[in-house]
Parts: sequence; structure tokens; C-alpha cells
Amino acid sequence: MAYAKDLDEIRALIASHKRWDLVFATVGVIALMIGVLTFTALFVDMAIKGVPRLDWDFFTSFPSRRAGQAGILSAWVGSTLVMLTTAFFAVPLGVAAGLYLEEYAPKNWVTDIIEINITNLAGVPSIVYGLLALGLFVYQFGFGQSILSAGLTLALLILPVVIVATREAVRSIPQGIREGAYALGATQWQVCKDHIVPYSFPGILTGVIIGMARAIGETAPIITIGALTFIAFLPPAPLKAEPPFISFEWLTSPFTVMPIQMFNWTSRPEAAFLVNAAAAGFVLVLMTLAMNGLAIYIRFRLRKKIKW
Amino acid sequence: MVAVPAQEAAPAALKAEVKGLNFFYGDFQALKRLDMPVYEKQVTALIGPSGCGKSTFLRSFNRMHDLYPGNRYEGEIRLHPDNVNVLAAGVDPIEVRMRISMVFQKPNPFPKSLYENVAYGLRVRGESRRVTVNEKVEEALRNAALWDEVKDRLQEPAFNLSGGQQQRLCIARALATDPEILLFDEPTSALDPIATASIEELIHDLKKKVTILIVTHNMQQAARVSDYTAYMYLGELIEFGVTDEIFIKPKKKQTEDYITGRFG
Repeated sequence: MAYAKDLDEIRALIASHKRWDLVFATVGVIALMIGVLTFTALFVDMAIKGVPRLDWDFFTSFPSRRAGQAGILSAWVGSTLVMLTTAFFAVPLGVAAGLYLEEYAPKNWVTDIIEINITNLAGVPSIVYGLLALGLFVYQFGFGQSILSAGLTLALLILPVVIVATREAVRSIPQGIREGAYALGATQWQVCKDHIVPYSFPGILTGVIIGMARAIGETAPIITIGALTFIAFLPPAPLKAEPPFISFEWLTSPFTVMPIQMFNWTSRPEAAFLVNAAAAGFVLVLMTLAMNGLAIYIRFRLRKKIKW
Repeated sequence: MVAVPAQEAAPAALKAEVKGLNFFYGDFQALKRLDMPVYEKQVTALIGPSGCGKSTFLRSFNRMHDLYPGNRYEGEIRLHPDNVNVLAAGVDPIEVRMRISMVFQKPNPFPKSLYENVAYGLRVRGESRRVTVNEKVEEALRNAALWDEVKDRLQEPAFNLSGGQQQRLCIARALATDPEILLFDEPTSALDPIATASIEELIHDLKKKVTILIVTHNMQQAARVSDYTAYMYLGELIEFGVTDEIFIKPKKKQTEDYITGRFG
């Protein structure tokens, strides 16, 4: 077959090749829009229904049998405390595990199997974590249907996310930096604490927040371990007037979280409760978006300081 | 196998002695029965074509190969005056690296301030007295001919420096702990000609204070900066001698072919 020789032929050829650019760009935009528009439609629908319901009382009231008086106080306090507990357990465990796997673990088949399993763990349905937690934390360890049990369950759930994020952040540090530190006589621990952890911190933090954003919306494992759907009191305050001032009683308190409160309201027959559910959903989505936004911001800020 | 170093050129004291060094990456033998003296406060250049093992040889001196699995040494590198074999299984590589510093091919400053970069070796050694650290940092930066350029911005991040300045910063970092030997692994291959000239000048000045081993791709560089030169090929040390003799009248045909550019 003869190839295009004169200028007109070449131009015609380029035009026909460029048609495929247009075709793919169209397909790509459609694919993108399916995702974006679905989310936007859901969010806007929820916002239209829910936003008029949002007022100060909605955040400071306990749930109630009367839809107009019901609020999300116990739910958002519960979600916040569960998230704090989750972060407290997931971050040190995940970072330590990720750091060990990247920097310390010998590269052999045992490590390979562990790595594959961590990746698989990220794909285990959350209800399975709920069942494990019900048997282990609630009954075996006797933590009961408490904030502690929920925090530990969600910590397990996001542990693979934190480990994977840590490993990726650690792996992105150039080998030259490590060698530079080792060449000065640093031990493995000195290299980790002075270099690897500080330099991979933005990546680790991003991973942690993305994991937390996932955990805050989790419902199935929380229901499995027996979170209550109707809570009209707050957990005991963590700070007290009398010594020792700090109390961890709240850890053992029954609780509810945002998605469960929503689930409860959506299953009521009265339409007014659906409005409450939409409003709570709107708040929950905003919380998730705010966490993701924070992750992006932190990454942007800290990455500017670290270059290779 | 190896030519006897020409003793007529100012005989220097031995700083280190390589005896029958073999090195293996897994099953692959990268260094074969190397014997070589390293003279105190002299510059020894390692030259040879790519893959000849000169970097591998250099990295044996501070046990960098210990960082990766499957590497194995045989033979000795004896460090004088205490006659320690740095390759011995009982010698901690960290102890070796505290005595023998290294400057890498690509400038690798830590993403920290200039000051913290130079101070890091001291921190590793547990030095926390501010005054001592300040003094050492200044001294090292002066020795690396960088002090005047950076003395007003020691708290700035190191990556604000140009490539040549970064490399001098890495030299200062390596000097801050008063090493006995300074290893250079192609220190100018990532730099422009002007920065290269300044590093070469620096190496020339530094030999008053420290024993230097330098790997270089660039034969003119070896001729310019070194007192002794070792020519390596396929993991073997073909010829070692005073630089001028190696370059003017090498004893081996192979060395001559490489140096005159007929090969390599």
C-alpha cells in the first residue's frame, strides 16, 4: 500500500487520524459524566430535601419520636468519638506495619504472602469485619456494644488502607536519600525516624484521612456489633471537674453514628423523618468531603516542602 | 597481576590495604582478587569502562553492599593504623561508615535545611551541644568551599541550592564527622563543567586533610585530581600506579588502549 506523499494526502490522513481522538474524548467524557452526574444528582436531591431542615436545633437535639424535634446530636458526637478511637488504633498500627514491610522485612516468600494478604484484606466486605468484631471485641474481650468496639472494628477495616498508603509513601523516597543517611553511619531506626517517616508523612496522612472518610460512612459492621439506633443521651464527658480530670468511661458507652441514625429515619413510615434522613445524609457527605479536602490540602502544603 | 606502585614518587604512609578482595552479587562475581594499597592523604582514582566494578569496589570500603541482600565479600580491606579488616563479619558496618564517608554520584541532600544536612552525621553520633555542632558545621562548609555562599541562609531547604552547590553540601556533610577516608562515586557526572571544575579543585584541596578514593568515568579528571590511579576491567585490577606513569607510560597494553581511547 502506498503511503501518503503529497501535502494534501498527508493533511487528509491527519484529519482521519484525528477523528479517533474526538471519538475517544467523547467516550471518555461520557464515562466521566456518568460518575460525576450520578453523585451530583444524589447530592443535589438530598440537599433540596434536607437543607431546609438544617438548623441549630437539628445539631443539638437528640432523636425523638416527633420528626420535627428530632436531631443528630448523639449521632455526630458518636461518629466523632468512634473516628477518634479508630484513628488512635489504626494510625500507629498501620504506619508501623507499613514501615516494617518496606524498610525492615526481608524480601522473601513470607513477606510476599503477607503483602498479598494485606491487599486482599482491603477487599474484604465490611460486614465480615463486623462479624469478626462481634465475636472478638464484643463477646470474647467483653468490650460490649461500645464506642471502643466500634472504633476497633473500623480501625481493622481501614488498617489495610493505612498500610498500603504508608508503603507507597515510603517507597516513593529515593534510594539515594537512604544511602546518604546510611553512609553517615545511621542505624536502620535512625534512618526511619529522621528521614523515612518525616518525608513520607504527607502521603501517610493522606492515606489515613481517606481511610477515615471511608470509615465514617460505614454502617454494616457497626450495626453488626450492635450500635443502638435510638440514643437519647451522650457518652460520659472525657474531661471532668474532679481529679484525675480525664475519663475514658465514654469508651464503654453505648452509641450511635450518623449512618445508623439515617438508616433508622429512612425506615420510618412518616415522610417528615425522610426529610431528617436527607438532612443527616447531607451533613455526612459534607463531613466526608471536608475530610477529603483536608487530605488534598495537607498533601499540597507538605509536598511543597519536600523535593528530591 | 598488579604492578608495584612506583615508590620514587613521594612515598606516603599506607591508609588502607586491599588484599585478595572478591565480591559477589548473588552468584555473579563482580570483583576478582583485588589487591591495592591506599596511601594516606593522597587521591587514588579508580578508572575503567562501565561495568568494570569500580563503583562496586568503592562501595566495599564503607560496606554499602550490606544494605542489600545476597551480597558477599571475601578477602580483606585493612584500615591502618589499627589494622582492622573492615570486611570482617565481626566488624559492624555502621562503625566502618562512621570512619569512612561517602559522596554519591547524584547529589542527595536530605530534604531538610542546609544546617541540618551538614549536622546530620554529628546527630547520628549523639552530638547535641549546640556550640560544637555550630562549629563543626561551619568548619565543614568552609572545607567544602561553600560557607561564603550559604552562611546567611543555613536554615533554607537544601534543594534551593544549584546542583554543584548541592554536591558541595554533600561533601560538607561527609566531612563534618572528620572521616579517615572520603569516597567519591563519580561525584561530577551529574554536574555541568563549571561545577565540575569547582569540585575538582575542592578534591585537590581536601587531600591535605583526608585520604580520598574517587571513581570517575572521565580520564582527564583522574589525571587532573589523582596521585595514584587504578585501572579496572571486568572486575579485575589491571594496573595500579602513580597517575603520571599510568597516563604517560602504562606498563600494560590494555591500560594504554583504554587511556588512549582505542577501547572503552
